[in-house]
Amino acid sequence: MDQLLINPNYPHILSTLIFLPLAGALLLLFVNNDYFARYWTLGITALTGILSIPLVSAFDTTSAKFQFVEQYTWIKSLNIQYVIGVDGISILLIMLTTLIMPLCVLASWSYIKTRVQPFMICLLIMETAMLGVFMALDFVLFYILWEAMLIPMYLLIGIWGGPRKIYASIKFFLYTLAGSIMLLVGIIWLYKTNNYSFFIPDMMWQNYSLTAQVFLFLAFFLAFAIKVPMFPFHTWLPAAHVEAPTAGSVILASVLLKMGTYGFLRFALPITPEATTLLMPYVLWISIAGIIYGGFTALAQHDMKKLIAYSSVGHMGFVTLGIFVLNIEGIEGSILQMINHGITTGALFLCVGMIYERTHSRELRSATGVGKYMPIYVTFLAFFSLSSFGFPGTNSFVGEFMILAGTFKHSTTLALAAIPGAVLAAAYMLRMLQKIIWGGIDNPDQSWLSDLNMREIITLCPFLFFVFWIGLGPQPFIDLIHFTITNLLDQFHAHQGQAVAATELILH
Amino acid sequence: MQFLPELALLGAGFVIFLVSLGKTDANKIKTVAIGLGTVVFAATLISFGAKGNLFYDSYKIDLYSQVFKVLIAGAMLVVLILGRKLKDIKNSVHPEYYLFLFMSVLGLMMLVSSVELLAIFVALELSSFAVYIMVPMRDDAGNYRFQMEAGIKYLLFGVTATGFMLFGMSYMFGLTGSTQLSIVVAKLSLLYNQPAAIIAIMMVLAGFFYKLALFPFHFWVPDVYEGASNETTAFIASVPKLAAVALLIRLVSMIHGEGQVIVNILMVCALLSMFYGNLSALIQTDVKRMLGFSGIAHAGFILLGLLTFQLSGFANALFYIIGYVVMNLACFLVICSISTNGENVQISDLNGLHKRSPLLALTLAVALFALAGIPPFVGFMGKFMLLAGALKQGYLMLVVLAAINTAIAIFYYLSVVRVTFCNDAENNNPITSTLFTNITSIVLLLIIVIMGVAPQQFIDFATSAVQSIN
Repeated sequence: MDQLLINPNYPHILSTLIFLPLAGALLLLFVNNDYFARYWTLGITALTGILSIPLVSAFDTTSAKFQFVEQYTWIKSLNIQYVIGVDGISILLIMLTTLIMPLCVLASWSYIKTRVQPFMICLLIMETAMLGVFMALDFVLFYILWEAMLIPMYLLIGIWGGPRKIYASIKFFLYTLAGSIMLLVGIIWLYKTNNYSFFIPDMMWQNYSLTAQVFLFLAFFLAFAIKVPMFPFHTWLPAAHVEAPTAGSVILASVLLKMGTYGFLRFALPITPEATTLLMPYVLWISIAGIIYGGFTALAQHDMKKLIAYSSVGHMGFVTLGIFVLNIEGIEGSILQMINHGITTGALFLCVGMIYERTHSRELRSATGVGKYMPIYVTFLAFFSLSSFGFPGTNSFVGEFMILAGTFKHSTTLALAAIPGAVLAAAYMLRMLQKIIWGGIDNPDQSWLSDLNMREIITLCPFLFFVFWIGLGPQPFIDLIHFTITNLLDQFHAHQGQAVAATELILH
Repeated sequence: MQFLPELALLGAGFVIFLVSLGKTDANKIKTVAIGLGTVVFAATLISFGAKGNLFYDSYKIDLYSQVFKVLIAGAMLVVLILGRKLKDIKNSVHPEYYLFLFMSVLGLMMLVSSVELLAIFVALELSSFAVYIMVPMRDDAGNYRFQMEAGIKYLLFGVTATGFMLFGMSYMFGLTGSTQLSIVVAKLSLLYNQPAAIIAIMMVLAGFFYKLALFPFHFWVPDVYEGASNETTAFIASVPKLAAVALLIRLVSMIHGEGQVIVNILMVCALLSMFYGNLSALIQTDVKRMLGFSGIAHAGFILLGLLTFQLSGFANALFYIIGYVVMNLACFLVICSISTNGENVQISDLNGLHKRSPLLALTLAVALFALAGIPPFVGFMGKFMLLAGALKQGYLMLVVLAAINTAIAIFYYLSVVRVTFCNDAENNNPITSTLFTNITSIVLLLIIVIMGVAPQQFIDFATSAVQSIN
């Protein structure tokens, strides 16, 4: 248990964060009042956001151990523990989750008109599950929350979604669940091999046989690649994004997609280091395929949400690229890019949602030329679009730059193959921006549109703040993760005995 | 004291019999039946700690049997409550229906205590014959004659399975010279790899496979589930399965030797049950039929626990069957409440249930997610422990295939949840449910969640119950 660090000043902070939304949801169950439900959920999520701030201020950036750890026995006969902790990989994702949830509530303020109370309960349960996934250090706890998360998300899409919500929600559920079934088998195998323990840090850096590692890696890969989603497992994403309500899209894009990449960093690299080295080239080229494919497909979309959804496939391709080049720039860049994507794409979905609330259409054609009538709106949209294709000075530039720097270090061919993706991103985002702001001679009459109200401006401002903060001064964010990643890579390179032999065997 | 639950049931049967002699009001009989059910449940609780051997050692009262008696009585009580109106049974035969119900439960309670081949046979037949009669008791007012077909099918398959079992018992007696289970098993363990012994064991197990609806003795399931009235199906789908698992665990746990052939056969049965059940359930439109097929798949999962031949595996199987019965009863509670005149419920009838009755919709959704094995409900915990137990014994391929089955199963459960929550109904009449059903559904919901989130106590309890067998 020497991987754990118990922070005496904040003994129960993580549990508070996990259970506060759940408790809020349970209490909300008894009050069926729309106004109360909105304010209550906003209050609970905002409180969770505020309570999570000490995590950053008290986080020890000179330690690679898990911090703020809490550990209790949960199911004794199976040796399952309730053990949670935070390290450099998860801290930013936890902050992203807690800070984005109040904004999701604000975004659904007038968007959700029917069955408000169940909607808010689903949001709160989602928050509990998402935070739990990032904090869990017991594999069963992780798996339970990972799967349980599907239920509220399924309901969010299936009940409050668009016209093809049934198709989208079932596809989302089946795809994700089917992918993680083999993960369960892998977990049980690890349990048996590791002296009947589900404790994740104990599973890391063990010398499993190469065959076992390859199978484990494939099980991990299937589960996480579907969640990311990596090309060719991405088809559930556009459907789910397009049909989900705005808050659902934001949660999906900002947090859920990160769970896949988080999974790679947390499990695939430390548990199967040699298989990772062995299979790395394939994953890298799949990432490249995702970047290019996402870019081209986004270029052809007429539906704004679909466009952003496909752009997500491309951006997440960059993230997996950064992870699997396996050097410090790449991995740090990809963690930063996870956060950036959460901020930028989340904000873009909010923007589309705001237009949709007014015109009830997501078609690019029916939203052309609104710049004249909604100046504040298009200002926000412009900043987020610039950020989305990595314009210097915005957050994504830093992330993509680091990832590409890492990729160049690894292989020039690979980096050159990824560059067109960045160009494509500029092309499709500028195309959308041009159409929405100016349009052409055949713009529909937009004069009846009202500009953003105060609530909407308040919702978007924090996103803009972080776009520029990370874009202009990313050092504090990198400091938070740097030590953990250095340690991860050191350990990773120290556990490469068999893989080197196997690669040589293949080469000769 | 030791025999109290059985006596209470017998007494309940007599009371109902007396009531049936006169002309009585249907409402009064329901109240009487629920009252008697409560008494029986109380009797099982009172005699919970009893221990002893009765009837020349052919009847054993131990913690294990008493646990099952409590479970059986509890499940019966729930069936009585959810079938409170007996909507689809002719008014004139209500007393008889209850009489047979009590007799069947009596048979099942005797079954879990029997440790002698002939006692097992008698108890099994007592429970079966009562159900054979209950199935065709469904009202044929609407020219609806499926119940006759269902009754005949149930009877014929039942009799065939019993024939197999008797034949196997005769082999056992021939091989060992005794009908006492403890002696039979002790002597049989010397002959495990003899073909005669394997045939004998498999044939005896066949009788329980039939009750549990395991491949290859599952053929009666879909038609009987569909043909019998909703209340009868709720009974068939839950209570006899408890007893069947009880006896299977008792038989299997006495085997100590190396029985690789038997393990292989059980594995094949388990996998075929899962695949057959799940794949067939995918295309069903009748909710009861779908639950029937899903029951076949779940029976396959229970075998995963048995074929480990470990104490923990048996405890897991016990935990799983309890969870399964609770989830199933929750589903049937919703079915019985929805069907206005006792007709079968189609999946499309569930459209917009969330508006018509939020509590029932929630109950159904939670029960189905639990059956599908989604955390944090009991279905996940049960499956997880069964898979972990099987992998511990090194059956990796079996675990992988079982896990794939979980993925297949999600689809049909999810499509039912979809219609309940995401579709809007043509008819928006709220469903009136009584306080009794509401309380029962909340209790079932709580059990599903608690067993899923905090299973430790239940597992400990199941382990000590299984330990008390020997």
